[in-house]
Amino acid sequence: MRWYWVDKFIEFNSGVSARAVKNVSLSEEHMHDHFPGFPVMPASLMIEGMAQTGGILLGEKNDFVYNVILAKVPKVEFHSLACPGDQLIYSATLENASEEGGSVKVTATVEDRLVAEAEIVFVHLSSDDPQLSRIDQKNFVFRMNLLDILNVGKIDGDAESSATA
Amino acid sequence: MASSEEIFEKVQETLVDALGVDDDEVTSEATLIDDLGAESIDFLDIVFRLEKNFDIKIPRGELFPENLANADSGFVADGKVTEDGIAQLREKMPHADVDKFAEDPQVSKMSDMFTVDMICKFTASRLG
Repeated sequence: MRWYWVDKFIEFNSGVSARAVKNVSLSEEHMHDHFPGFPVMPASLMIEGMAQTGGILLGEKNDFVYNVILAKVPKVEFHSLACPGDQLIYSATLENASEEGGSVKVTATVEDRLVAEAEIVFVHLSSDDPQLSRIDQKNFVFRMNLLDILNVGKIDGDAESSATA
Repeated sequence: MASSEEIFEKVQETLVDALGVDDDEVTSEATLIDDLGAESIDFLDIVFRLEKNFDIKIPRGELFPENLANADSGFVADGKVTEDGIAQLREKMPHADVDKFAEDPQVSKMSDMFTVDMICKFTASRLG
């Protein structure tokens, strides 16, 4: 399973804030188990999407020299549901960034409706840190392949100009 | 300059947010790990929140020194911190109650120095 929980970035202010889109679709396998007859986007995967948005924002600030690891979610609140057809917008702002890690505040909205809000703390581990081998990298480390998200919609740098050309 | 009550109240609020504890649990003497259930990752969160709430900079290792009690630090013998180690603690952690720790300097009790009061004193020293 691919572990992309955002589809593309729509705004990126380096070191400050980022906005990403997650289109919720009935073609996603897990929606049929969560829940049978009542498909809603799992809250845990929204946290993952918010963490990917904020983690890439933090990673980019340091030119991706660190492995950015989701360490703690001190606060998360869910206010409403996201259903198939909804477009979630994850808006992250970088609250802290240091050599050791960073923290972000993120909201998830569908149009004007607030779906969730969270605070997320990340730590940095260098690639030769022995602790890194103990972590399931697929799920917890923002590896370079996740950065493919930054290129979504960019053909020769700009999808819209290519499409209209 | 903020009064010590003001600093305590802000530190209390910081710890309530970072550790999800009730404000009445955050007493001056409470230890972060044993009493308030802090884990290693919480220390980074606490540092971030203190920096924000007090508008101060806390360089890495100043509030919560790292590696002081590692086996290869040279400051540990028979599970106890040596006199050199205690001297090092006094230098690196002037905001902590090293005297109390020195009475029975077992490495396993080092975390008892990390108290709410320690954070308040550290913060007060930063606010000058």
